[in-house]
Amino acid sequence: MFAPVYFDHNATTALKPVVLEAMLPWFSQQFGNASSRHEHGRAARRAIDEARNKVAVALGAHPTEIVFTSGGSEANNLFIKGAAACLKPGLLAVSAIEHPCVIKPAEQLVRRGWRLHKLAVDADGRVDASEYQSVLQQSPKLISVMLANNETGVIQDVAALAAEARRVGACFHTDAVQAVGKIAVDFRALNAAGVQAMSVSAHKIGGPKGVAALVLDKRVELEPLIAGGGHERGLRSGTENVAAIVGFGVACELAVQGLDGKRSRLLAQRARLEQGLSAMGATLFGVVAERLPNTLYFALADIDGETLVGMLDRAGYAVASGAACSSANPEPSHVLRAMGVAPELARGAVRVSLGDGNTAEQIEDFLLTLQDTVSKLRRLTAIAI
Amino acid sequence: MLRLPIYLDYSATTPVDPRVAEKMIPYLVEKFGNPASRSHAFGWETEAAVEEAREEVAKLVHADPKEIVWTSGATESNNLALKGAANFYSGKGKHIITLKTEHKAVLDTCRELERQGFEVTYLDVLENGLLDLEVFKAALRSDTILVSVMFVNNEIGVIQPIAEIGEICREKGIIFHVDAAQATGKVEIDLGALKVDLMSFSAHKTYGPKGIGALYIRRKPRVRLEAQMHGGGHERGFRSGTLATHQIVGMGEAFRLAREEMAVENKRIGALRDRLLKGLSDIDQVFINGDMTHRVPHNLNISFAYIEGESMLMAIKDLAVSSGSACTSASLEPSYVLRALGREDELAHSSIRFTLGRFNTEEEIDYAIKLLHKKIGSLRELSPLWEMVQDGVDLSTVQWAAH
Repeated sequence: MFAPVYFDHNATTALKPVVLEAMLPWFSQQFGNASSRHEHGRAARRAIDEARNKVAVALGAHPTEIVFTSGGSEANNLFIKGAAACLKPGLLAVSAIEHPCVIKPAEQLVRRGWRLHKLAVDADGRVDASEYQSVLQQSPKLISVMLANNETGVIQDVAALAAEARRVGACFHTDAVQAVGKIAVDFRALNAAGVQAMSVSAHKIGGPKGVAALVLDKRVELEPLIAGGGHERGLRSGTENVAAIVGFGVACELAVQGLDGKRSRLLAQRARLEQGLSAMGATLFGVVAERLPNTLYFALADIDGETLVGMLDRAGYAVASGAACSSANPEPSHVLRAMGVAPELARGAVRVSLGDGNTAEQIEDFLLTLQDTVSKLRRLTAIAI
Repeated sequence: MLRLPIYLDYSATTPVDPRVAEKMIPYLVEKFGNPASRSHAFGWETEAAVEEAREEVAKLVHADPKEIVWTSGATESNNLALKGAANFYSGKGKHIITLKTEHKAVLDTCRELERQGFEVTYLDVLENGLLDLEVFKAALRSDTILVSVMFVNNEIGVIQPIAEIGEICREKGIIFHVDAAQATGKVEIDLGALKVDLMSFSAHKTYGPKGIGALYIRRKPRVRLEAQMHGGGHERGFRSGTLATHQIVGMGEAFRLAREEMAVENKRIGALRDRLLKGLSDIDQVFINGDMTHRVPHNLNISFAYIEGESMLMAIKDLAVSSGSACTSASLEPSYVLRALGREDELAHSSIRFTLGRFNTEEEIDYAIKLLHKKIGSLRELSPLWEMVQDGVDLSTVQWAAH
């Protein structure tokens, strides 16, 4: 039995061993409820405070700006719905390529009297500058644009977009779930430009599933999504998930270390992949824009993405045919649609997202397997026709 | 060897049972796939584990696995149940009934619903903490859409008449939600028989991990909810967000152990609780809070008259206990649950909640009894009120001078 190769780091990542080690004592030995006032509880509280500091330092934020949630989806929901609840309904703008956990809550607000504008992107997956300007003229109250896209890896110039949003008085949020640990993310700098809230998640950076944070400028008023007890400065009630929060702290600390070295390794591996794929005649999405160094999104003409990833899985490679969360959905990617990619081609989309542990050798073997698989599929298609 | 402090606060949270932790760890390490990843084996493997755990949770409460939706904990479950049902059925009416002794997760959510235009009746309970069914029936209105009553109270451990309330609600077509965070593993829960529409569960009160809970949503007759967290459409659209596999696996295993062991375990813990009660019963002026019959076996809530609760907690540092629920223990307010039982502030202030659990021993209980005897004696010696009572002064007749 051979171990499959994991090329789906944008879906989730393996827990780093050091993170596991930090978490383990908090299950059975140090198990207190952080709200309890006895020693068991106080130990848990101290651990949470320490983790909050680590997350804050890693992201360039102040510990009091960190609101722990159960995941990135909750962090995004908390900002979108929570900020909207404190405002009179008006215009809300989110990019058309946001993750569903931004788009769906935004759509919910329409029922509460909000107008929703989905910001168009250009063919390379970047927010369309001129359309953005015209939306700003309509005085939006809330704007959310992701720092890096989960499918294409395309990075938005969030600081510049936020600076312009601030001029018209809009509150600006960015979903940085995919960016942290892959590129430098500094909330202080983003905040100075005008970003007032940012979502980050643990399980995309070698931390555990079940914990994330909304980094929030304290001047922004939010209604909590979950009430009851007033945890997290009243913004998120519920007994704190101590072990996961501890893991998140350590994962954040590690994720921002050695980013330059990691970047050059990932870029070299991806360049080799792109070279091989181009030779096979693949279309590479978003390559003109600045991208996360680990993400590659491509399609081969006449090859169905679902079929291809299924065969690659059997051959020992875990890749994705779209965002993991909507993999059950046979619709072509909304991101590619927004970029103007023809549906036939979009249906062939496959995402490779590299990460820790991937090697140059794996890339070479993968290219051989891919070549082989594609030839097989093309032969089958030819027979069918 | 006795390890101090002795943990007697199992209603605040429980340790993860080592058997549960063992089951969780592979899902933290090698089995790390995203259960929503449909394109490779890493995802299928964790998806299968999630479904297996869902079956275990369903089995403990005699539900169908399809009726179980994962959440981040009972607080979220309560929020989802109450806001989700209130919003969905708001066309039928705007009236909600709950109890004054509910957990903050229910009370705070109800307050929020009031701000949204719902009308909430907060019912009083009897002196023993139980709901009077006649009072409940009298509170029902033609526009009542939702009732929320906790199964087991977190502070005094009393078990509410869920079956009877369920009958009344079903007959009138009112959605009935039950917060069962404190009930799993302690009382039998049969959702095949109980006419409950929505039920909240937590893992970390039943030897599972923190950060995971579930909401039971009845399919027959079908109950509908408005989702509170939107996104990728996980959990059949009821609750979006990547599933925390290791936590889910932990909850499944914790609930499986509860199902297999609760009968024996509750007897053992009940005996320890009775030993504690017996050991304290020769102390003067001790009052038990809450009904002793309709009560989970692991809870003892006692007021020690003429002792100030804070100094008591300081004096018995070797015992990890609480003076209210963990969630409100940061405030110095006397417990709102005890006040709802009609306890005066002084007695509410001097109350201690002992909640026993899986890892307590007789030796620990005996240590606690001895310590309490000693400390209560010395604290009362310092109390001028206690001195007056000993001198035969009836404190209720004393005219206190204001300074």
